[in-house]
Amino acid sequence: MSSQTSGAMFLKAFAGLYLRDLRVLSRELGPFVLRVGMQPLLFLFVFTSVMPHISGGNPMAAGGGAAFGTILLPGLMAVAIMFSGIAAVALPLSSEFGITREIDDRVMCPLPVWAVAVEKVCFSALQSIVAALLVIPMAILIPAKSVYPEIHNWLLFAVVLVMSSLLAGALGLAIGSSVPPKNIGLIFSIIVVPITFLGCVYYPWAGLKQIPWLKVAVLFNPIVYISEGLRASVTPSVGHMPIWAILLALVFFLVVLGRFGIRNFLRRVIS
Amino acid sequence: MIVAIEGLKKTYEGKQPVVALAGIDLQVNQGEIFGLLGPNGAGKTTTIGICTTRTLLTSGLVRIAGIDVVKHPAQARKHIGVVPQFNTLDRSLTIYENIYFHCRYFGLSHLSAKDRSNELLNQFLLAERAKAYPNQLSGGLAQRVQIARAIAHRPTVLFLDEPSAGLDPQSRIAMWSAVSELRKEGITVVLTTHYMEEADELSDRVGIVDRGRMLALDAPQKLKERFGAQSVIDLKLRNLDGAEAIASELRQRDGVQSVEATPEGLRVIAGSADGLLPEIIQFCSRLGLRDISITEPSLETVFIHLTGRDLRE
Repeated sequence: MSSQTSGAMFLKAFAGLYLRDLRVLSRELGPFVLRVGMQPLLFLFVFTSVMPHISGGNPMAAGGGAAFGTILLPGLMAVAIMFSGIAAVALPLSSEFGITREIDDRVMCPLPVWAVAVEKVCFSALQSIVAALLVIPMAILIPAKSVYPEIHNWLLFAVVLVMSSLLAGALGLAIGSSVPPKNIGLIFSIIVVPITFLGCVYYPWAGLKQIPWLKVAVLFNPIVYISEGLRASVTPSVGHMPIWAILLALVFFLVVLGRFGIRNFLRRVIS
Repeated sequence: MIVAIEGLKKTYEGKQPVVALAGIDLQVNQGEIFGLLGPNGAGKTTTIGICTTRTLLTSGLVRIAGIDVVKHPAQARKHIGVVPQFNTLDRSLTIYENIYFHCRYFGLSHLSAKDRSNELLNQFLLAERAKAYPNQLSGGLAQRVQIARAIAHRPTVLFLDEPSAGLDPQSRIAMWSAVSELRKEGITVVLTTHYMEEADELSDRVGIVDRGRMLALDAPQKLKERFGAQSVIDLKLRNLDGAEAIASELRQRDGVQSVEATPEGLRVIAGSADGLLPEIIQFCSRLGLRDISITEPSLETVFIHLTGRDLRE
């Protein structure tokens, strides 16, 4: 078989997998919107609408001052991206690898097995992008004082958004392919919550200058680069890491988590 | 040659390495229904796993439709249909969509995939359940959907791993007829089973495997003949006095391997009972034949002969 026809065959199989995922998602649009929307909705409501109305001020907003909403916008987008990645890849993979072995039919399609894993990541990225974009209208509508994105560099925004979404999918793949189904619930407590709270979501990285050890420690957390990348492109007026460092780190974590995830995926599928 | 296996070995690594296949050779021809018969743990599923690119071989060579499954797994899969041991239908999709998207994975356009899905739903009498979800189906129906899905991309060879495991007798018979029907479409079928009736009923040829080795490989009838599997004819007689005389007369007859006296009469072991019965009845009527029972040769008796063990031990 020539490489050209193989290429066409792979593309069609990949497209077929993507269509399948779109079909499944289209049936669960309501739950999907709830899943990705609830967290930022409530966060914005409580911290930027309720709190400012409560006399005595918002202790959490002390660091950010009046601009807490501005700090929160990229942070909440980052959380939305990461949650989608985990919900779209890790949770379904974990059950598909479990008792039902539903993944089998897709693994048996005429496509290298690693590409089946890559498809999962790409489809999750689509959901992450939608989830992140949904946060923007919420940030305009919900807070007492509307937060508008100030995107000057659209290319940077697009690159960061896509890279972050792929990274979240790769994280989901790494988790979904390495954690046994019965432990998947634990993942939220031992991975998702820590990387969120230590992911420069609710505070800019530069704000950590008072706590140097933490400022260094969080550099191992991929979510930091998602938050900071979005901060650099959506609310550039807030201090952020250098853009080259952000992009480099996004690529680095994408490669590391992607490779790790694909390797485990192959191991689960092929004996 | 659709399936060509040469010197296939597989060892599962671990603290205690398990040798699943100790060197298997096998050739399956176009249009054939081939049965791999053996007890659980014999290496059947491993063999199928390797043929279907899901299990990596330790050494040997496997070609499906001429394509090396190790070097070109994705290309080989185009020729392979698989019905696994368990229900692996996509729970998020309807029955129709399970088949439709399977077609799309294999590169069919929307219209061809739609036509093919409807065609298969009709062929497998599933049209009424097209909109149902897999978890709403009985085991037998789900199995039928799995077969329909597996052949949707018109594979050259269909692998069925323990197709009747967990099916009620009626569904099993329905599955057998569905598999036999595939012959008409020219699809080669390789199935594994530990039910000798199933192997006997369905297969053109049977390979008997045990402990990772192929012990015998031939048409079921030939296996039975070759490995001394004989019909056993038990005769119960009222008058045992003349039995020995009849026994020596019977021993002279062609096809009779041995005749032994039993407490109630005689036991005749013969290659084939055809034409022999009327004679036996005639001989024995003098002594008052009370009862006669015949045990046909079966693959079970072949298996016992080859391994000294029962299939289900």
